[in-house]
Amino acid sequence: MRYKFLTAAFAATVALNVAGPAAATDLEVTHWWTSGGEAAAVAELAKAFDATGNHWVDGAIAGSGGTARPIMISRITGGDPMGATQFNHGRQAEELVQAGLMRDLTDIATKDKWTEIVRPKSLLDSCTIDGKIYCVPVNIHSWQWLWLSNEAFQKAGLPLPKDWNEFVADAPALEKAGIIPLAVGGQAWQASGAFDVLMAAVGGTDTFLKVYKDKDAAFAAGPEIAKVFKAADDARKMAKNTNVQDWNQATNLVITGKAAGQIMGDWAQGEFQVAGKTAGKDYTCLPGLGLNEVIATGGDAFYFPLLKDEAKAKAQVVLAETLLDPKTQVAFNLKKGSLPVRGDVDLNTANDCMKKGLAILAKGAVMPWTDQLLSQDSQKQKEDLFSEFFAKPDMTLEEAQKRFAEIIGSAD
Amino acid sequence: MSNSERPSKLFRNLNAKVASIPMVLTALVVFVGGTAWTVLYSFTNSKLLPRLNFVGLDQYHRLWSTSRWLVSIENLLIYGAISLVFSLVIGFLLAALLDQKIRFEDTFRTIFLYPFALSFIVTGLVWQWLLNPDFGVQRVVRDLGWTSFSFDPLYNSSIVIYGISIAALWQGTGLIMCLMLAGLRGIDEDIWKAARVDGIPAWKTYLFIVIPMMRPVFITTLVIIAAGIVKVYDLVVAQTSGGPGIASEVPAKYVYDYMFFAQNLGQGFAASTMMLLSVVIVIVPWAYLEFGGKKRG
Repeated sequence: MRYKFLTAAFAATVALNVAGPAAATDLEVTHWWTSGGEAAAVAELAKAFDATGNHWVDGAIAGSGGTARPIMISRITGGDPMGATQFNHGRQAEELVQAGLMRDLTDIATKDKWTEIVRPKSLLDSCTIDGKIYCVPVNIHSWQWLWLSNEAFQKAGLPLPKDWNEFVADAPALEKAGIIPLAVGGQAWQASGAFDVLMAAVGGTDTFLKVYKDKDAAFAAGPEIAKVFKAADDARKMAKNTNVQDWNQATNLVITGKAAGQIMGDWAQGEFQVAGKTAGKDYTCLPGLGLNEVIATGGDAFYFPLLKDEAKAKAQVVLAETLLDPKTQVAFNLKKGSLPVRGDVDLNTANDCMKKGLAILAKGAVMPWTDQLLSQDSQKQKEDLFSEFFAKPDMTLEEAQKRFAEIIGSAD
Repeated sequence: MSNSERPSKLFRNLNAKVASIPMVLTALVVFVGGTAWTVLYSFTNSKLLPRLNFVGLDQYHRLWSTSRWLVSIENLLIYGAISLVFSLVIGFLLAALLDQKIRFEDTFRTIFLYPFALSFIVTGLVWQWLLNPDFGVQRVVRDLGWTSFSFDPLYNSSIVIYGISIAALWQGTGLIMCLMLAGLRGIDEDIWKAARVDGIPAWKTYLFIVIPMMRPVFITTLVIIAAGIVKVYDLVVAQTSGGPGIASEVPAKYVYDYMFFAQNLGQGFAASTMMLLSVVIVIVPWAYLEFGGKKRG
């Protein structure tokens, strides 16, 4: 009884805040987009959804995906599902789908011909489990970027490197000029992500897939991967003076010219924009580290928990359609700094780096990323290994590679 | 009064027994039940959702072959030894000094106890800044002229756990001091007088008379410190988040990371069972000695 009363009271307060039409259905949407640029991007989604006569109840959870996902998952498994929720598409929500807690969107997808409009196709593949579609991809984020500070290279009297190898060769001169060659923050996922980028760039797409998709432990222990570890060793030496934790602090070192470069996903671009820097003039980006111009198609997607309330279930359909609407896609992705999931939209206002990304995407040079290929468990083990590797200069390449091969051997 | 009409033992203090039923139930269901559930599922391969699919000791094999877990255990031992010894010693010394009928005792007591009012998260952040080589102690000393001075425990894998211990001691010794002070105040003034009459020096009085009399206080303090050691988590998260690399990882953080970030409940449960086991190994013999053997008046 008391719960009912509380719910009613809560519903009443929420209802008071609704300024939309009387028939509006409230749909709570949870996500972890809380930084300045991200919040502005979400506001675009909310605006588009409100325009359909429904109401977007914002359920932002601060503290990045690692903090937010456990909260979302426990709400869904605990019987208090939200209307829709963000995940990185791939395997984060896999078990929730298998447990029958998520809504099957195949009907809507067939009706709206998602298979034709969503590009590249692999995005929809990672939303698909047992032939059914469970999520709506909203953007593409790729990891494989090297961000360079033009100022740092000027100070050291060097021309801008065109790829990773030139960058490594520049390292001693940069250090002499008092500049940290490569900024790698202390958070575990940064070291692990940088290694994956090196694997895709130095080793190539096939090598990457053989390790992470086929999970070939013998190959991971072999000479091909030894080359990647050699590159990681270069990165480790170049990064040894980075005394920061968070990725955006590391990006800030590049922005201020204290560090020459950073391997980081395209979300770093938001930091450059906020600092008022211009692509091409103040900073330069090298997709695929200049060696292998392929971008990974990780990113964000919305999942819809199975709801009993019919009005809300209907609103879910409307939201799914709104998210893929060309206008929403443009407005959202421009603010977010990510690439849209459909090829038929116009992004004239995109900056230099985004245009590079779009061109690569148009060529179809895409590959899946570890979020899509590995379970969270294997990802975490990999993070532990590489954060140790980057922090411990005396850890030998052989030892690290042996442990890496073990993780790949037991990966799922 | 005759003893023959005494009611049966079960119904003695009936009110008290009825009143304690909710707590007994809570303890049984939440603590014992939850523990049993956790131990049971640590033998399964549960990932994101608990599933009863038994895999024997696989999770434990994996746990004890993971270098991060081994580092965590080693760190816990070092951290535990440091915080146990130093918070007891420093806490007692501070209390003994405050007990010398000094002026402004209240002021000093407040100053020493203040850090305890801060959460571990705030403490961790404060000390993260103080120990940062670019902003904190090292910078200040270098600016004073000693340019080769180096003090960056949080960025040096081999000593990072000591950097964390410093923050923990700063935060925790105030409380220990207060407990000790209360204990010292509980010692009868006459004992001091008697010792003085016998011509026993003050340090000897402390060591051989006062400290043995403070045994209950020491035991309380020990339990509080020990519990704090095993559950240390937030301090590490705020100061280093386990870094550099995995050099300052602790068991509680391993449990949390594997249960929630890695979505591997089985592995997290196995690690928390090991933590429970270590506590049990320490607590049970001690509790048996303390409460089991003899009934004390």
